[in-house]
Amino acid sequence: MRTDAIEQPPPPGKPDVTSVAYEIPREHYLNRDYGWKSWLFTLDHKRIAILYLFSITFMFFLGGMAATLIRLNLITPNSHLLRPQTYNKMFSAHGIIMVFFFLIPSIPAVFGNFLVPMMLGAKDLAFPKLNLLSWYLYMLGSLIGIGAVTFGGVDTGWTFYAPLSTQYAYGNVAITIVGAFLAGFSSILTGLNFIVTIHKMRAPGLTWFRLPLFIWSMYATSIIQVLGTPVLAITLLALFAERVFHLGIFDPKMGGDPILMQHLFWFYSHPAVYIMVLPSMAVVSEVIACFSRRPVFGYRFVAFSSLAIAVIGFLVWGHHMFSTTQSPYASMIFSFLSFLVAIPSGIKVFNWTATLYKGSIRLTTPMLYCLGFIGLFAVGGLTGMHLAAVASDIHLTDTYFIVAHFHYIMVGGATMGYMAAMHFWWPKITGRMYNESLGRAAAILLFVGFNLTFFPQFIAGYEGMPRRYATYAPEYQFLNIMSSAGASILAVAFLLPFIYLIWSLKRGPIAGPNPWRATGLEWQTASPPPWYNFDVVPIVTQGPYAYSPEADELADAQADMTRAQVEYELTRREIEGHHQKEDSTRGV
Amino acid sequence: MVSETQNTPDPNAASVPAPAVEAASLTAHAPDAPHGDGHESHGPLHHHFDDMEQQRESNTLGMWLFLGTEAMMFGGLFLAYSLYRWMYPWAFHEGSSHLNITLGTINTFVLLFSSLTMALAVRCAGIKDRKWLVRFLILTWILGAAFLIVKGFEWTADYHEGLVPGMNWFYYNEHPAALPRLAEHGISQQNVMMYFVVYFCMTGLHAAHMIVGLALVGWFTFLAAKGRFGGGNDQPVEILGLYWHLIDIIWIFLFPLLYLIAGFHPGGGGH
Repeated sequence: MRTDAIEQPPPPGKPDVTSVAYEIPREHYLNRDYGWKSWLFTLDHKRIAILYLFSITFMFFLGGMAATLIRLNLITPNSHLLRPQTYNKMFSAHGIIMVFFFLIPSIPAVFGNFLVPMMLGAKDLAFPKLNLLSWYLYMLGSLIGIGAVTFGGVDTGWTFYAPLSTQYAYGNVAITIVGAFLAGFSSILTGLNFIVTIHKMRAPGLTWFRLPLFIWSMYATSIIQVLGTPVLAITLLALFAERVFHLGIFDPKMGGDPILMQHLFWFYSHPAVYIMVLPSMAVVSEVIACFSRRPVFGYRFVAFSSLAIAVIGFLVWGHHMFSTTQSPYASMIFSFLSFLVAIPSGIKVFNWTATLYKGSIRLTTPMLYCLGFIGLFAVGGLTGMHLAAVASDIHLTDTYFIVAHFHYIMVGGATMGYMAAMHFWWPKITGRMYNESLGRAAAILLFVGFNLTFFPQFIAGYEGMPRRYATYAPEYQFLNIMSSAGASILAVAFLLPFIYLIWSLKRGPIAGPNPWRATGLEWQTASPPPWYNFDVVPIVTQGPYAYSPEADELADAQADMTRAQVEYELTRREIEGHHQKEDSTRGV
Repeated sequence: MVSETQNTPDPNAASVPAPAVEAASLTAHAPDAPHGDGHESHGPLHHHFDDMEQQRESNTLGMWLFLGTEAMMFGGLFLAYSLYRWMYPWAFHEGSSHLNITLGTINTFVLLFSSLTMALAVRCAGIKDRKWLVRFLILTWILGAAFLIVKGFEWTADYHEGLVPGMNWFYYNEHPAALPRLAEHGISQQNVMMYFVVYFCMTGLHAAHMIVGLALVGWFTFLAAKGRFGGGNDQPVEILGLYWHLIDIIWIFLFPLLYLIAGFHPGGGGH
């Protein structure tokens, strides 16, 4: 019904039936009250999600600007644009902003915040004040962080390895650490809030196995946030103490072990990769089911694979240290465990693909992003196998192969999922539809630009080009020019949605409560949702993803009926208006 | 997938007889009643919960998760402790022998006793005994403050002895006689310094938690005196109690690991 209407807009001159059929509700969470206080002191999870959306988008563009400078600089082998020191600061700024201030909060803080209570049929998260506090911590942390990396800068990379960060690095290492520490606490509070909400605030009848897979994935993410982030916090505190007070926990001069810092750091930062990608998997499960019109294949396997990724993800951190003094026996175990992560990841990829099988697939914008996700995540995951094997990892460590691998997971995976979520739930958040053709164009551009940017880096890395240098050997120039050309396409692919999504806020057709005919609880209420999400508390009687041809047929018939009713209403009004006109000319 | 009915409380809740206060607040905050911001608490039950039981369970679970994060955070320091003690057992032995076991023991008992008074405060909140709730909270605060004061004396003594890395480290300049003893066990004074770094980080982080705890206990005393924890709203005190006990338990681990290892000779056997 609605999707058809979007795909085939009514010819000009004829009234837009759909915009009559659906009206923006008179009062919803966006127009309930205005003024800066109603936003900055709001306790509504949906408004906090919007606050996060704005701040995270801002961080994303800052991180993107740093990436632009990096790619521009690497067009020539001799670093014509930036001084080497500035280049170091640029890739550090890019990494710190993108990891701590964009990727980790991205989907949980924006879409998790918006959707978790709605998918559970709850009025809000369990701790609304904590939720607002987490946004303030995030803002404080990210402003301190971007202040530090832009004024003065940091040249340690986002990993803050000691003793480089504690003794030799220039710039604002200590201040950046404070920023990352605060952002970490914001992440802990979000995760804690989700776990409690998912445990305690499900609507009547919403049992664990009736939960959407989005919730399962978000739950797994939250576990990592709650258990992993405190370890990062203490690591950063120890680094801070070492840099500022010269209390050297990792100082080799005192018999300290810098590798301990790497262990503690990666104990968080490897699971943090799953904080970034699990929420994207959450999005993909929802979108794939909706646009294949089929239930997700092997629901329980997909649900438990999220938990398995969270659990195994905590046991693989040592694969970041194969080329350090770590014992080869430990490396063997870590290598084995790293291969194990492939099992739950594979379950997900195969189950999504099986969901597509015999589905009636609709290539809408969110679906294109998700299909892109599956392909790019598969490439990222498979190249991860090269890095989980100790022998090949030692060859590839600190080369562009690593850079390409984790960008396939973090941009091809996590950011693709973020864009998919943005387009899938945009009508729910704003009540309006964006331009579908532009959306598809952006999704395809992103896929093409991404591969052009990062695939050459696999080759450059395999051939031995090291990462984190402003200059490189001239034989890598061709691959680097390809990469930079791809990056310019990527930039367009990210700017385009920015433009048409904003345009849709005023001019987009009205979406109605359920434009995709999706089954989640969040679609059972108005768009944009009312203040308390649901006018009546929903009672759940069956599992998620009740997609079937019969249900679609019924919905089609219902849509035809609505359309006929609207048609009737319009005709009636027209005729009545005609009569009134005649009356007025007659002077009655 | 969904059939919608009028908002009724969870059917399971019906089997639990709700106290009169809660029933009253339930009706007062039915979702279609007019709200202000929609979240200010007019009574113990917050708007976004269905009933008191759900709210209580949520709060308790939330606090336990927070305690889990605290355990992970201290866990990083315990890992550093384990690693360096394993690498330099004699340095830890030497470092620990400079601590004041008497003061440490007194402090341990002070903190254990404060946990008792906190448990009693939780009990008094439960039986709505406002007078004794306030008294026990004040007693807890005094014991907590006493702990910090004693800790302050210990740190000052370390500072004057020259045992504070990064600020005031001259002990072995004044006592060069001790150096051959260190060399005998193959360690340097830098390794002993590492013990003190770990000691100050662990006790420092613990003290920071104590300060937060004291601020909360002080604030709760004020609220309790105003009668905020009556009328079925005793749970915040219980939650505060959980936090206080966590600080206590962490100290129970820190005390033997930091103070009592001097009696244990890494070379083999005890005294």
